[in-house]
Amino acid sequence: MTVALSGGEIAARLEERFPGSVVESGQDSLLVKSESLRAVAGFLKTAPGLEFDYLTAITGVDYYDYFEVVYQLTSIRHNHSLVVKARCYGRENPALPSVVGLWKGADFQEREIYDLMGIRFEGHPNLKRVVLWDGFTGHPLRKDYL
Amino acid sequence: MVIKTEPFVVNIGPAHPSTHGVFRMRATLDGEVVLDIEPVFGYLHRGIEKLAEERTYTQIIPLTDRLDYLASMSNNLAYVLTVEKLAGIAVPERAEYLRVIMAELQRIASHLIGVGAFLNDCGAFMTPILYMIREREKILDLFEMVCGQRLTYNYMRIGGVSHDIPEEFLPALKKFVDRMPGFIDEYDQLLQENEILLARSKGVGILSREQAINISASGPVLRASGVKWDIRKVDPYSIYDRFGFEIPTGSAGDCYDRYRVRVEEMRQSVRILKQAVEKLPAGGVRSEVSHLVRPPAGEAYGHIEAPKGELGFYLVSDNSIAPYRFHVRAPSLLNLTALREMVVGWKVADVLAIFGSIDICMGEVDR
Amino acid sequence: MEIEERAGLYIYSDTQLDKEEGERIEALKASSQQPLPDPDRWLDEELRRHILLTSVDAVLNWARRSSLWPVVCFPACCAFEFITTAASRFDISRFGMEVIRGSPRQADLMITAGTLTWKMAPQVRRIYDQMAEPKWVIAMGACAISGGIFASSYSVVPGYSRIIPVDVYVPGCPPRPEALLYGIRLMQDKIAKRSIITED
Repeated sequence: MTVALSGGEIAARLEERFPGSVVESGQDSLLVKSESLRAVAGFLKTAPGLEFDYLTAITGVDYYDYFEVVYQLTSIRHNHSLVVKARCYGRENPALPSVVGLWKGADFQEREIYDLMGIRFEGHPNLKRVVLWDGFTGHPLRKDYL
Repeated sequence: MVIKTEPFVVNIGPAHPSTHGVFRMRATLDGEVVLDIEPVFGYLHRGIEKLAEERTYTQIIPLTDRLDYLASMSNNLAYVLTVEKLAGIAVPERAEYLRVIMAELQRIASHLIGVGAFLNDCGAFMTPILYMIREREKILDLFEMVCGQRLTYNYMRIGGVSHDIPEEFLPALKKFVDRMPGFIDEYDQLLQENEILLARSKGVGILSREQAINISASGPVLRASGVKWDIRKVDPYSIYDRFGFEIPTGSAGDCYDRYRVRVEEMRQSVRILKQAVEKLPAGGVRSEVSHLVRPPAGEAYGHIEAPKGELGFYLVSDNSIAPYRFHVRAPSLLNLTALREMVVGWKVADVLAIFGSIDICMGEVDR
Repeated sequence: MEIEERAGLYIYSDTQLDKEEGERIEALKASSQQPLPDPDRWLDEELRRHILLTSVDAVLNWARRSSLWPVVCFPACCAFEFITTAASRFDISRFGMEVIRGSPRQADLMITAGTLTWKMAPQVRRIYDQMAEPKWVIAMGACAISGGIFASSYSVVPGYSRIIPVDVYVPGCPPRPEALLYGIRLMQDKIAKRSIITED
């Protein structure tokens, strides 16, 4: 069975390595600050005992005050999984660092979140619309679209 | 004598004779050799995720049918499993067995088309796919007996399945399960040592183990690269831990290995079906769940091993009759990330063979 | 023999291609707000046919309807019902239609099998324009008639009749192969009623 690691266990390790990066940690998930996302992700990918080498999914959710991007990480070697979240505030120009450098599977998923929700991913080599066409105005999956 | 050449861009698609749907590739070619390829999709983006926010949980089940339309039962199953995980609903035994039977029959049907379309792209124009459609028609007859539909079934419900199987289903299923291994042997006899297939697919489009894990590949693409990762074994859902079956893996990660993995998976599915048919218990097929399900506020991610890979649904609920956020983790979209690495350096004719061996379905990629 | 290449020089960059495609799509969307009328000149009762041309009509119509060649236009799920119709159990070869041409210039029937999105619409219009006269269109499936289950979505065209004129509508989601064969037979009946005089 894939063990779903609880955020609390990992939070302690992260706090000693990157102090101040964890905003809150619960039973199911771990919320990190958007500035430290790339460092935390790199650590999670390579740290012995964790080694989350497989990025299962990235999802963007629009809660009216903030956007939340949820990363489902899995480790093939140890067969455990973790949910990491990051928030970005402000509806005009939300931005997050991109994790394409670590997991190439994030490529199309981040482009799609940019396309449908408008969240920019800094560091993505080719951030342009992917499922909608170039002249489309608006970001349909936002709660205030139509 | 010095010949000056210049790379040029050729557009392949979106309407092209290979049966994978509306997918467009902008290939930069130097003669016949591919230097770069840019996939462009979105020609079938129907906004399913946005539509789902306006429908109740039960009304989303027909929408999920149309995601990977060659494996509708698997899509339904993944979705109802996620809702049941979110809401904590238990499923009766008979319904679990029926779900496994439908999912494995669907896996065979989807792999038949996957293998047939791959061979279509390799050049065997219609012959293998006609043989495989002959078997698929038998499976579609079984599905029609159960739920009346041939392609988009809408059979699974939250808390079970929609109705029980009729009497003539089990004898027909037993007859199919007895004869299917013979048909798979027939395909092997025609194809396994076929010179043309070996020349076109052995060593072509290699995806190494590290690359496959890094691009989040799943399903036969991941297993052909040597990673033994099948959700039915590593994170068993439903009652898959009661059946004995093996996970075929490849070693080289080329097109031929992906083809072999799919054929072997069909054999393993027949094995699971035999066991499920013997052990099918009596009982109800649906637990008492209201049509307007209101899961408690929270979120859940549920995944299954669909024929194309790991199909996952991420649902956020705010205790109302419609989900707050509905997201599909589509295996075909992630497997497609590998296309560029696998194709660069090969010739134009190999592009379609490699693309066919990944086995994508555009309904999933674009949603 | 040495080959020298100037790498990195393309005809135009990808973002330029994307922008042009986006402009085409927006232009088509703006001009397709009303559905095109269905072709129904063949229903016109006032046309009188010359005695001389009746048998010519009959032969031409028989030839045209018995060898309709479909063009490849397979967006979505209905495509697989079309493929199984073309396969050996529900043969469309007995109607002379097994030759599914990849090139629209060699085809005369477009069976639109799948949901049409605005992004795909200019390509379908282009394929339709490239087909040579006489040409016919069968709209297969609920998505082709009216947008189907996706009709209220932001990126779905509510029916192919916004973009191309449709002759026969086959409902279903997806329509069974028998239903598609009935639609093809209705198409053949419609062709049988054509006359050379009505051809534009």
